[in-house]
Amino acid sequence: MIQAIAFYIFATVVIVSAGLTIASRNPVHSVMWLILAFFNAAGLMVLCGAEFIAMLLVIVYVGAVAVLFLFVVMMLDIEVAAMRAGFARYLPLGLALAVALLAEVIIAFQAWSVGGVQLAARAAPIAPEVSNIQAIGNLLYTRYLFIFEGAGLVLLVAMIGAIVLTHRKRGGVRPQNIAKQNARQPHEAIRNINQPIGQGVEL
Amino acid sequence: MSYSLNLLMVLPELVLSLGAIALMLVAAWGGTNATRGISIAAVFVLAGAIVALAGPSTTGGLAFGGLYRADAFAGFAKVLIYLATAVAIIMAPRFFARSPGEDLRPEYPILMLLSAVGMGMMVSAGDLLTLYVGLELQSLSAYVLASFMRRDGRSAEAGLKYFVLGALASGILLYGISLVYGFSGSTDFAQIAGAYGRDAAMGTRSLGLVFGLVFVFAGLAFKMSAVPFHMWTPDVYEGAPTPVTAFFASAPKVAAMALAIRVAVEAMGSAVQQWQQIVTFAALASIILGAVAAIGQTNIKRLLAYSSINNVGFALIGLAAGTAQGVAAVLTYLTIYVIMTLGAFLIVIRMRDEQGNPLESIASLSGLSRTRPALAWAMAFFMFSVAGIPPLLGFYAKFAVFNAAVAAGLFPLAVIGVVASVIGAYYYLRIIKTMFFDEPAGAWDNSEAQPVENGLIALSALFVSPVGYLLIPVLGAWSLAAARALF
Repeated sequence: MIQAIAFYIFATVVIVSAGLTIASRNPVHSVMWLILAFFNAAGLMVLCGAEFIAMLLVIVYVGAVAVLFLFVVMMLDIEVAAMRAGFARYLPLGLALAVALLAEVIIAFQAWSVGGVQLAARAAPIAPEVSNIQAIGNLLYTRYLFIFEGAGLVLLVAMIGAIVLTHRKRGGVRPQNIAKQNARQPHEAIRNINQPIGQGVEL
Repeated sequence: MSYSLNLLMVLPELVLSLGAIALMLVAAWGGTNATRGISIAAVFVLAGAIVALAGPSTTGGLAFGGLYRADAFAGFAKVLIYLATAVAIIMAPRFFARSPGEDLRPEYPILMLLSAVGMGMMVSAGDLLTLYVGLELQSLSAYVLASFMRRDGRSAEAGLKYFVLGALASGILLYGISLVYGFSGSTDFAQIAGAYGRDAAMGTRSLGLVFGLVFVFAGLAFKMSAVPFHMWTPDVYEGAPTPVTAFFASAPKVAAMALAIRVAVEAMGSAVQQWQQIVTFAALASIILGAVAAIGQTNIKRLLAYSSINNVGFALIGLAAGTAQGVAAVLTYLTIYVIMTLGAFLIVIRMRDEQGNPLESIASLSGLSRTRPALAWAMAFFMFSVAGIPPLLGFYAKFAVFNAAVAAGLFPLAVIGVVASVIGAYYYLRIIKTMFFDEPAGAWDNSEAQPVENGLIALSALFVSPVGYLLIPVLGAWSLAAARALF
């Protein structure tokens, strides 16, 4: 009973906030609705027993992706009216895409129920007493350790590459030199003057 | 199997990646001044990785539950890859020192080392996951290296083009991988081989498996720049800094070719009819296009790019044979090709006018036999050898692959290959004619003594000269032992 109530609450909120993501006029509000949708999708994942994916949704999508969106939206000067101008023009194309996607989903479910591909039989089931975080951790850090470390090196290369290609010495910047700041003495920074009355301050 | 044994089997990769990380720390504090020392250290790290190949990493068998194969085949390919990478690191400092505004930053040798890790993973792949991660590690480093000269528009263009097309190729490869995984139920090569074997034994042909095979081969063909996935090669080779071009033309080609051999033989060995068609087509198309398109080129780097496409075609003939003899022939071919190519690029890197500006046109080689006879003779050796003219070692390489093709009954392929190699000989001979019979175009810069580079040129010229035939028994036995590891 409580699961059913939770499911309907999460599902309704996901759908409503997803709709509002596209419908709201302010792009910042869109991102906020998107975050709400992500949170509730995470709730649905918990109901499925996939708590690891739920956490990923919150940490990766809400914590990183949505915040990135927010930055982009706030940094770029997006003119909403101009973006909406093409709405009627692209409506048929959008509808056609939506119909195609719907058809694909229906076909996929039909094929699944017929069982031609037998995906369910191939997916390795995990023991019920092991939480799926533990199961993923076991695989990732034992069976696939080599690949995991390899993927780490790929990320390292990406980081080095980004720095190599973009970092350069710029003129006119004022970097902080902590050693120099700490070595500074009071007499270098402070000047005591006897200010005569009625005259301007000499800087 | 204990974990320490697994780690022993991946010792070359461990040496390289830990070395790269340690050198990066040095670079973080040392900055550009440390580049020279880091380059030297990187060459020693690569030498250490070659030493680490003796032992469990070439004899151990399966590591990490089949993800990684430590066999003689991987060992052979890795020696070649590490040597080529070391040469590409050695030739860089002098090139960058002479390019105004472009200093060699310490990331260059570090990215080379990480790329070598990726190539090692590729040739040792026992699983589609290892294959993909290794390939991406190699490619990602290569994209950065291609655009390493940031002030040079052509270098940036080369990097961007390589990145966009490489991403597309990765997408195609991943699509193939997902189909193979979906229809065979595993990413492990042994189990995929089982699925293809069942398919072949029952006489049925699972469309999903065949489509997966086609897409995987298309993605791999891009990485080794075989026709029809070669379009990026001339532009990237022309734009990238010359030491990086030399690297692209050698080590990653070996890695991609070895990976294709491993996938073809170990994972899809029972689908030989299916991939033989693809490989045969790619081989012939690469040979013919590489030979014909190179004729009109005036830039030496573009010419060598087409030459590399042409050579990949010849190497693929050995794979098309699909036998242990064919695979051994490919390995022999690759060894000789890598040494010829590196030698030729070591000479291309010397092409500078008296002000030190790099020259790239073939016309600037005019009359080299009178101005710099030693370089001209070395270049003549490399060109005669790539053309496959008998007393030189390049002839033996071609002979080995054609011999394997004939032994496997692929007569038409061998005949067309021989005919097309005559077309290819035309433009190699044109370079020799330019060097020996044209009026001198202007002296090259000769202000610096370059003992290491000269030594490398002399060594590789000696290797491709008739003296190299003395090494054939060793090379032949070693490559055959490596090929046997797969069958």
